[in-house]
Amino acid sequence: MNGSGEIAPSPRGRTLRPKTMLLGALLAAGVLGWFSDKINPYYADVLTKVGINIILAVSLNLVNGYTGQFSLGHAGFMAVGAYTSAAITLFLGPRLLPHHPMGDLNWATAAVFGGALAAGGVMAALAGLVVGAPSLRLKGDYLAIVTLGFGEIIRVIFCNIPALGGALGLNGIPACTNLFWVFAVAVVCTYVVVAMVHSTYGRGFLAVRDDEVAAEAMGLNTTRYKIVAFVAGAFFAGMAGGLYGHYTLSLDPKGFGFMRSIDIVVMVILGGMGNTPGVIAAAVVLTLLPEWLRPVAQYRMVLYSFLLIVLMLTRPQGLFTWRGKWKQV
Amino acid sequence: MAATQTSPPLLRLEQCTIRFGGLTALLELTGHIGPGELVGLIGPNGAGKTTVFNLITGVYQPTTGKIEFCGHSIVGKKPYQITAHGIARTFQNIRLFPSMSVFDNVRVAFHLHLLQGIGHALWRGGEFRREEREIAEQVMDLLEIFQLTKARHAPAMSLPYGGQRRLEIVRALATRPKLLLLDEPAAGMNPTEKTELMKLIEFVEEKYKISVLLVEHDMQVVMGICRRILVLDYGIKIAEGTPDEVRSNPKVIEAYLGQEQEK
Amino acid sequence: MTEFCQQLINGLSLGSVYALLALGYTMVYGILRFINFAHSDVFMVGAFAGYYAVTPFTIRLARIGFALPVNLGIGTHSIAGGLLALLIAMLFCALLGILIERLAYRPLRDRSKLTVLITAIGVSLLLESAGQLIFGADPEPFPELFPVREFSGAGLDISSNQLLVIAVAALLLIALQLIVLKSKIGVAMRAVSFNPQAASLMGINNDLVISFTFGLGSALAAAGGIFYAMNYPSIDPLMGVLPGLKAFVAAVLGGIGNIPGAALGGVLLGLIETFVRGSRYSTFTDAIAFAALILILLFKPAGLLGKAQVEKV
Repeated sequence: MNGSGEIAPSPRGRTLRPKTMLLGALLAAGVLGWFSDKINPYYADVLTKVGINIILAVSLNLVNGYTGQFSLGHAGFMAVGAYTSAAITLFLGPRLLPHHPMGDLNWATAAVFGGALAAGGVMAALAGLVVGAPSLRLKGDYLAIVTLGFGEIIRVIFCNIPALGGALGLNGIPACTNLFWVFAVAVVCTYVVVAMVHSTYGRGFLAVRDDEVAAEAMGLNTTRYKIVAFVAGAFFAGMAGGLYGHYTLSLDPKGFGFMRSIDIVVMVILGGMGNTPGVIAAAVVLTLLPEWLRPVAQYRMVLYSFLLIVLMLTRPQGLFTWRGKWKQV
Repeated sequence: MAATQTSPPLLRLEQCTIRFGGLTALLELTGHIGPGELVGLIGPNGAGKTTVFNLITGVYQPTTGKIEFCGHSIVGKKPYQITAHGIARTFQNIRLFPSMSVFDNVRVAFHLHLLQGIGHALWRGGEFRREEREIAEQVMDLLEIFQLTKARHAPAMSLPYGGQRRLEIVRALATRPKLLLLDEPAAGMNPTEKTELMKLIEFVEEKYKISVLLVEHDMQVVMGICRRILVLDYGIKIAEGTPDEVRSNPKVIEAYLGQEQEK
Repeated sequence: MTEFCQQLINGLSLGSVYALLALGYTMVYGILRFINFAHSDVFMVGAFAGYYAVTPFTIRLARIGFALPVNLGIGTHSIAGGLLALLIAMLFCALLGILIERLAYRPLRDRSKLTVLITAIGVSLLLESAGQLIFGADPEPFPELFPVREFSGAGLDISSNQLLVIAVAALLLIALQLIVLKSKIGVAMRAVSFNPQAASLMGINNDLVISFTFGLGSALAAAGGIFYAMNYPSIDPLMGVLPGLKAFVAAVLGGIGNIPGAALGGVLLGLIETFVRGSRYSTFTDAIAFAALILILLFKPAGLLGKAQVEKV
């Protein structure tokens, strides 16, 4: 898929109208949400988890996959969004809507929740700026470690804010998340990432990933590209965090550590770095896997890590990639 | 010695020195390139030719000295800013973008002249589509001149070696430079390809009215198309002049052949 | 003042553990330019090896009703026993490190850095989850391998374990320096870290040198694991995660790839952490290490003893 879609069509000859697809997908999300109470609650649960993981994976894919910046701190941005939005619905919500408990489903609470999610995203984006600006001049391993470090610092900071529950966690978050919200955000996130990358401007991300020196020589401000990717990725991670918090109804800072970031990274790798459909597929598979492996739950982590190693040894380009050998892995 | 300049030089280097710790890579280099000039830069291996490129494009900063492009100093500017001013380059070891197609490699270089940014990419209105179409047309024009049209959707690295070199030049041209730096474009080419390349470079210079600074080891290529040549040895400019002047300059001969030339 | 001295001893003891761990990171990075994420879990395995050296255990395969009781018969509270347990752990982990390199990292030597990094993360997760499966996720109290004596006086409380850690770590460090600077394999290690191609052209067996480096680093990690367990008397399969990250920070602090730097960084970080833990900012202790890492990478990425490198275009 190239920018215009009309001139110089890709070899597969597709012409797509992205905005139409976006509207269609949002509509589908709406329908899904409308009928959500008719769906078996267990399936609804799993679907919610799938949707949240899709948002996390697709947003991280922008940073790690398309722009080639190996970030290991995505969970930190998720935490920022989760706590920010929870703080708004818990503390601000009752004040704005004294007659509508946040757990109820009506236009007023939806508006507040939407605002809370967006605020979570914005705070996470700011965190992304704070983390990204100094870190993005580092390469490879170092960037990974520094982002990991920032993720841990964010976690420790939240452990130390008593108003947000501190190390014991934040409880009693209203159950505002439903399938519509989850999939609406997932659709928007996917659209933003794909639309951005498939434009002349967006080719710059790939250029930064492929060869920074050459990219600079072609006039691309590589630092700006990296920061844009980082901040955009953080924004959606923050929204995912908000959705997560209002689904699990309680937040524990320990759940936003290094391991969570690794979980998301594995989805991106499994899907193929820079392959959005693949990453979505991977998010689905990796959310469903623990459910399928429930009978052997105690062996889950062992199998998971073993599979990761085998994957890297045999098919590092991911399970869902069909690219030829020219892609640098 | 040098041809009289009727217009001010495009690029001017004045006493540029680069030191890396104890190593002096370039010593008090002074030179200029005028508009529409085809200048060659030669010298034995390790003389510092690529260093000069890196200096001009902002990858290295001069320890001392001045560099002016179109009258403005470009010292301290970042490489992408210098490209925006109008200097583009190719690389000694080809540095194409491997994950992108031939088409996209050129397309991304049009980024500098984009009027539409992220917002437009997301909104995808009429303006966005129009600009993308214009860019696509310009990419196609360039590809056609360099005979890369058929391969445009192929991965850039799947091109034969000569094609990759041509693609690098096309990509550099997409940034609409006033000065093009070519780093050993003829390396690894057979005689036929070299002749094609020479014609191509002259064509590019004339059609796009740009100046070219060419680093090359192949003397046939350099002497064939360059009107003026600078010779570097151990980071010092040892000669400058027309091909004939340089060819017969004893210092140049000595630099290339070592101390053998005792006759 | 006595408070300061107490913290000093505590800090040196902790710092020695970090130093031992950091050496493994720095040596592997020096030779292969890659962060061995699994190193922290070798540290954990070392601690457990020390535990099982002195604790009778049973190898059980429930499905087929197989049970093999093992008792290495090494007693606790003895110097000889303690040293033997230490040696066994170091040997076991050296072999583990070599095995990991051989199976998981060597096949990927020509691939992108990212691929190996992920693999290392995978190995780390594998060791941790396998550890939880085999050893159980609950913390186990660590036995006293060496006879312990407490010294109290002049307001200080010092355990002989702490002094032992500092002493043995210093000895191991000196031994390592001798190996690296004076022995043939040490020269080979340094050659490979400067220029692998040239080294192999000079007749050096790169694979052997790399295996040796991993083995050495892992042995030191095992020692670190045992000393850590001795002073924080419980072990669990995830015990290596945080110390590992901090030891890596220490290695970067001292200058990654630089052996004395790793030791210096380790001691420094141990001291900083101990003093912070004793202050009113104690809840931020973990974050301090990461903050230090970020500051170093931003302002002096080569570390305290390292040399900056210019990228050739």
